Amino acid sequence: MAEEIKLKVSIDGIPIEVASGTTILNAARQIGGDIVPPAMCYYSKLEGTGGKCRTCLVKVSKGSDKDPRPMPKLVASCRTTVMDGMEVENITSPDVVDARKAIVEMLLINHPLDCPICDQAGECKLQDLGFEHGSAQTRYEFDRRTFERIDIGEKIQLHMNRCILCYRCVFVADQITDKRVHGIIGRGDHAEISTYIQNVVDNDFSGNVIDVCPVGALTDRTFRFKNRVWFTKPVDAHRDCPTCSGKVTLWYKGADVIRVTARKDEFGEVEEFICNTCRYDKKETRDWKLEEPTPISDQSVIASNHYTRFNPPAVIENDPVLQEQNLEQLARTEKLK
Amino acid sequence: MARKLLLTHIDVPGIQTFEVYRQQGGYRAVEKVLKTMSPDDVVEEVKKSGLRGRGGAGFPTGMKWSFLAKPEGVPRYLVCNGDESEPGTFKDRFLMTHIPHALLEGMIVSSYALGAHTSYIYVRGEMMPQIRILERAIQEAKAAGFLGNNILGSGYDLEIYVQPGAGAYICGEETALLESLEGKRGNPRIKPPFPAIAGLYGCPTVVNNVESIAATVPIINDGGEEYAKIGIERSTGTKLISASGNLVKPGVYEIDLGLSVEEFIYSDEYCGGIANGKRLKAVVPGGSSVPILPTNLILKTANGNSRLMTYESLADGGFQTGSSMGSGGFIAFDEDQCIVRNTWNFSRFYHHESCGQCSPCREGTGWMEKVLHKIETGHGDLSDIELLWDIQRRIEGNTICPLGDAAAWPVAAAIRHFRDEFEWHINHPEDALTRNYGLAHYADPLAPIVS
Repeated sequence: MAEEIKLKVSIDGIPIEVASGTTILNAARQIGGDIVPPAMCYYSKLEGTGGKCRTCLVKVSKGSDKDPRPMPKLVASCRTTVMDGMEVENITSPDVVDARKAIVEMLLINHPLDCPICDQAGECKLQDLGFEHGSAQTRYEFDRRTFERIDIGEKIQLHMNRCILCYRCVFVADQITDKRVHGIIGRGDHAEISTYIQNVVDNDFSGNVIDVCPVGALTDRTFRFKNRVWFTKPVDAHRDCPTCSGKVTLWYKGADVIRVTARKDEFGEVEEFICNTCRYDKKETRDWKLEEPTPISDQSVIASNHYTRFNPPAVIENDPVLQEQNLEQLARTEKLK
Repeated sequence: MARKLLLTHIDVPGIQTFEVYRQQGGYRAVEKVLKTMSPDDVVEEVKKSGLRGRGGAGFPTGMKWSFLAKPEGVPRYLVCNGDESEPGTFKDRFLMTHIPHALLEGMIVSSYALGAHTSYIYVRGEMMPQIRILERAIQEAKAAGFLGNNILGSGYDLEIYVQPGAGAYICGEETALLESLEGKRGNPRIKPPFPAIAGLYGCPTVVNNVESIAATVPIINDGGEEYAKIGIERSTGTKLISASGNLVKPGVYEIDLGLSVEEFIYSDEYCGGIANGKRLKAVVPGGSSVPILPTNLILKTANGNSRLMTYESLADGGFQTGSSMGSGGFIAFDEDQCIVRNTWNFSRFYHHESCGQCSPCREGTGWMEKVLHKIETGHGDLSDIELLWDIQRRIEGNTICPLGDAAAWPVAAAIRHFRDEFEWHINHPEDALTRNYGLAHYADPLAPIVS
């Protein structure tokens, strides 16, 4: 096999070699850390996604070794492939930071900001984005667009108010189910996700639209208002499923499985899509073979309930005076309920 | 009297029929290219003519054609963009209504040059009469042997189809047009790949404006070099301008590029001055998306030169003190027009027409419209002007297609040149509801620039 051609690219000054055809976003993900642009609409498992939300805009300060001219405008990193010798600025460019701030502001002007009653809160990409790049005050003073919420199918509820029109659910329905019956209707800021004349979304894999939704627009009706995600404990599990891989994350509250989702990686993308039977109907521990607690980033609000035990040095354990002085730290060894 | 190339026989009765068009020398260009020229000769001739795209961006047509990929065994397509919906522009509709065969003749010539055997004319859905006219014209041309198999015995086959759009401005953007033509939702594609590589049905495609395609006919008849003699600098040939607003004689005019703006507005041959003896306040020279300019800047450039109707001269000074040729939708405003109201109206249009695919345009256009409406109805605040400036700045350049830019530019230009009027609206809300700001100083000659 011929040796694969590797392209040299630097993102915020960090060099990396990637395969030809890699997008800037994926190159950044290979580096990891703070320099990964946020992505609300791009989904690596779905073909054709990306380019819409514009949160991943970056500045290409040098096009390539052959043509070192910078690109005239900020480019969507999820849809721009790297060239040999390309230099990309993400968080080191004030233009990019400013543009990203602008996008977040625009995404939020028609968003209801009903996080306190939203099931997605705690694992919402828009929440993270707003926290990282948004401002505390909005400059928007008009009525927000509103829609009635509708049930698209038996198990899925659509809150169009929260939708950011990333099109991911449309791509999921197009690419992993046989027949798509929902799509975007209307245009501009009055565009909405809807189904074809009261058709219900009913397909073995339709539940995956819930997992790909970056916000709380598509929610699981079997989990609605059951609990906040940060009070639940995710555990990886699997079962022999005839239709899908059967690899899932179970979300426990006490001894009860209150939600089943596909396993997600650090960028919030599912590893393998799961079927509706696994998602909705298998909510008993005995249905599953448990593996291990799902690794959760300590930055995530979900991790807030899972402090690692305070591990006092041996000298403290034996010395009552030191124990007295370290009361506060020792209190952390007890888990929050 | 200026030379007419596209509208030469516009006054001949029955010119929309094949017989009359043919009697007036129509379809000579088709005979010439099929019998005496190779496709590359045609492309070369169009390159020599210096013809620039008449749809708005002004990209050289010959160069666009030469970018077309030509892989073996893959069909190539020519698509004519007749989705003319820019406020202020109505030249293509005029051409399609009155001389449909000029467009068809151009389509045959261009398709031959590009090696396309199937070509489409995508016409805006609201233009149903024009669609019928074009379909009848295609039937006539087919009956006369200018379309179909083995045209004029040359062995060249061509079919032309007319496709009605469904009334969306965004489908005038070339990739959205192709999506719509394929029967999908008219969302612009993310480029690259460009249509010249992967366009309609993934095949190499050229999308040209109606007027650009029609202009290939005189180029072939008279030769590219002859065509390039008209006009000045890199703006060659003639251009259709659709003049509207407070003019004595609004309408579609064919001008030689290089005519001065002042002559176009005031001479009797063209618009005949401002209606009702009023004074000119502002002009949008190229359709609603290009920057609006006050009288003193539209008649003279910032350097004090006379401003001409050319791609270069209208853009002189960049967006600071210039504008753009755009699609030739020339809108004149007299002293009684309110710029704030007009800007709001334009914003309303872009808000309505944004496809909603990418966030800045979807959310930002609506926001701008609401802020402008607030100022126009007397509820504005001085900070709203800064807010508007900030919103437009953050839309421009951050979107997938140029609709975001087109929505941002008119707002930016209105604030840049007419800030006094915005401030007057905010500071005198009651006056603003009952009367207009008037001409103010917008026609005063500019002080010469001291470098």
